[in-house]
Amino acid sequence: MSRLHVVTGKGGTGKTTVAAALALALASGGKRTLLVEVEGRQGIAQLFETEPLPYEERKIAVAHDGGEVFALAIDPERALLDYLQMFYKLGSAGRALKKLGAIDFATTIAPGLRDVLLTGKACEAVRRRDSRERRVYDAVVMDAPPTGRITRFLGVNEEVAGLAKVGPVHNQAQAVMRLLKSPETAVHLVTLLEEMPVQETVDGVAELRGAGLPVGAALVNMVRPHLLDDDLLRQADSGPGGALADALARAGLSRPDRFVGPLVEQAQEHAERVTLEREQRSALEKLDMPVYELGLLPEGVELAGLYQLAMDLRDQLPARQETP
Amino acid sequence: MTKSTKGNRAQGGGTAAPGGVRGALPSEVALRVDPLIDDPETRIVVCCGAGGVGKTTTAAAIGLRAAERGRKTVVLTIDPARRLAQSMGLTELDNTPRPVPGAGTGSDSGSGGELHAMMLDMKRTFDEIVEAHADPERARAIMANPFYESLSAGFAGTQEYMAMEKLGQLRARDAWDLIVVDTPPSRSALDFLDAPKRLGSFLDGRLIKLLTAPAKAGGRAGMKFVNLGMAGLSMFTGALNKLLGTGLLRDVQTFVAAMDTMFGGFRTRADATYRLLQAPGTAFLVVAAPERDALREAAYFVERLAEERMPLAGLVLNRVHGSGASALSAERALALAENLEEGGIVDRGHGKGNRHGAHSPGRGSSYGTGTDEQSAHGDHDAYHAHDVHEDIGEDGVPDSTPRPESAEEPTDHNGHTGQTEQLAVALLQLHAERMQLLTRERRTRDRFTALHPEVPVAEVEALPGDVHDLAGLRTIGELLADGSAA
Ligand SMILES: Nc1ncnc2c1ncn2[C@@H]1O[C@H](COP(=O)(O)OP(=O)(O)OP(=O)(O)O)[C@@H](O)[C@H]1O
Ligand SMILES: Nc1ncnc2c1ncn2[C@@H]1O[C@H](COP(=O)(O)OP(=O)(O)OP(=O)(O)O)[C@@H](O)[C@H]1O
Ligand SMILES: [Mg+2]
Ligand SMILES: [Mg+2]
Repeated sequence: MSRLHVVTGKGGTGKTTVAAALALALASGGKRTLLVEVEGRQGIAQLFETEPLPYEERKIAVAHDGGEVFALAIDPERALLDYLQMFYKLGSAGRALKKLGAIDFATTIAPGLRDVLLTGKACEAVRRRDSRERRVYDAVVMDAPPTGRITRFLGVNEEVAGLAKVGPVHNQAQAVMRLLKSPETAVHLVTLLEEMPVQETVDGVAELRGAGLPVGAALVNMVRPHLLDDDLLRQADSGPGGALADALARAGLSRPDRFVGPLVEQAQEHAERVTLEREQRSALEKLDMPVYELGLLPEGVELAGLYQLAMDLRDQLPARQETP
Repeated sequence: MTKSTKGNRAQGGGTAAPGGVRGALPSEVALRVDPLIDDPETRIVVCCGAGGVGKTTTAAAIGLRAAERGRKTVVLTIDPARRLAQSMGLTELDNTPRPVPGAGTGSDSGSGGELHAMMLDMKRTFDEIVEAHADPERARAIMANPFYESLSAGFAGTQEYMAMEKLGQLRARDAWDLIVVDTPPSRSALDFLDAPKRLGSFLDGRLIKLLTAPAKAGGRAGMKFVNLGMAGLSMFTGALNKLLGTGLLRDVQTFVAAMDTMFGGFRTRADATYRLLQAPGTAFLVVAAPERDALREAAYFVERLAEERMPLAGLVLNRVHGSGASALSAERALALAENLEEGGIVDRGHGKGNRHGAHSPGRGSSYGTGTDEQSAHGDHDAYHAHDVHEDIGEDGVPDSTPRPESAEEPTDHNGHTGQTEQLAVALLQLHAERMQLLTRERRTRDRFTALHPEVPVAEVEALPGDVHDLAGLRTIGELLADGSAA
């Protein structure tokens, strides 16, 4: 079972929500997970209804059966300073640079640099052990950049390892890349049952696989229930108007005739949607990866809803193996 | 329904719209799309909004409608869905507008309009700027610069910048009556306004000047270096060079220098387009879905446009749900369904695929309160009609409990009837779900309206499938126009 879960997907499909649900799901049963945010938008804090997260790991939620979820919003500026400090002993010059806007500049001209820092930090958390050599986190879940940028984002260390041929930077980049390409990592793609997000998922999976990155599951989000099965749908289509009106009347509806038309029309729309969704589902099934589904929360995602999604997810995840 | 109608410049503030006019909104100004696109003074329509709300669809639909109503129109789309692109003939990626085949325009239709469309190619647009401003040799050098590569392909904001750039170019060609612009997919609509400036000020920024200065303005910049900590900076650049490969900073320096001497800076260009967006011939349409986040985004954007003195035409509320049976409330539908189920007629076990108990309808608080007694009042339904689309339920004809003929029907021992009951239950549950959705959407929309009662709104119904051909776009165009008809 992987320990670094990278959650990507088309913008707005629910990456942040699903990443948080996954962190909760993986924590359940007394585990400890870390939820990492890399885009500096404080989406996690919003979701958990807490204050903005500082650049430090802090506990934000307790999972079912007593697990814990920690969260970290990585600030690329701070991470760069840490990094320069680690390798170049910049000292107080670092702060001066920050004032000058140099750090901002550096992370801007070289988006790759940011990505090195972000992936590096996440990998460090995955590997970290406490003084008794036990893993600090059972799993790390990353709310990652969208599908269009994910392969480059994860592959950036390869470029860096190529640029810096020897030395600490080279070694660090190589170590990160080794972890990212190992079965310890899984890149999950969040999608909806709509044409564009599914297309992006299909393209994204091909790209990730082409780059040798381990693809995890397709996480279908905001799934709406199908209230009519095939037989009933066909019946609604063939429109047994009179019988239906009678049934509605028996239920206690007055003058049911006026509703039969609209109700059947709604059923037909439903059927149309079901057909479209089925096409998208089968495109996902062809990808040869596990497909998990998360229901649409009609009232939007509140904290309780998030736990609900986490439970749904946990029930679908393969049984967990212990990792020492 | 005792909502204040203050600030209401639309039709008198009744509670429910009579006469079944879809989208005739009681408490807000209607956005009238046809007059907007017919007006020869309208030269640019910009469709903005959060990711995935329907910007591209709206832009294409408006372009098509304007063309078919007689205007010479060009639509600038960004990342359209594949099938939509194909149906608009956007198969060639040459970054220039092409006529859209099948648009009902031209001499045969008699409308006199034209529709051209293009898909923005960000890299190509950047290349064009370079080619237009540098001699061929220089242009080649710039385009071979690795920093140029990463900037033109990946810099956050480049797409927004290039969209504005392209808009500026199309406007300068002056070959169209109306330019409809789609905006890049981004989390926030504000990015469209902010990103070009960010890119501009980055490229024109202090530090980049400093780094590129030694060649240009030795002494003065040198002083600054000292003030800011020469040692720190050179150590920093040294570290960066090691981190990123020695070439990168040098590439940036040469690149910026080359660009700088070529034309008057990115910021200047961004500013020019910005002014175009403030011009009276420009109309912004904010597209939003009737969801909390999307409408919050829309509200920010509306406020921002006002600050920037950019002309807002209105809000397009896209993918709104309606129901032909809105006189039947969710609670009532569920109660009816339960009546059928309680009769022991229907065995549970339908609803295949509904694996997540959380969203089966019926979580509603008043679920199950509808007793047979209550249901005896036919007009009870009408009180729950927020959106009466048909003149039903208003006459309040009192209902007698089950009609005599239906009481005689065989119920459970007949297979076919069992199925019909099952169908009725499913239809009622489906309807309850729809009505709950309608209520939520209305609540969200009302929140927006309360905040910005002055913003004209047009509603576009959610089609059951997605929009991927001209027929679909035409439908959206009609809904847009109808959704604003008062
Ligand atoms: N299962 C769900 N049911 C209902 N609403 C959902 C669900 N999942 C996500 N949402 C809502 O959809 C919106 C987008 O979700 P979220 O912010 O997680 O997406 P994202 O992919 O992280 O977006 P971005 O690309 O902007 O980072 C939010 O309003 C969220 O509350
Ligand atoms: N009124 C509608 N009814 C049904 N489907 C719609 C409607 N409007 C848009 N869609 C569909 O929704 C999807 C997203 O629409 P569109 O591509 O226009 O959004 P967008 O705002 O441009 O997204 P992005 O931010 O990714 O560019 C498309 O598949 C489109 O066909
Ligand atoms: Mg997010
Ligand atoms: Mg779009």
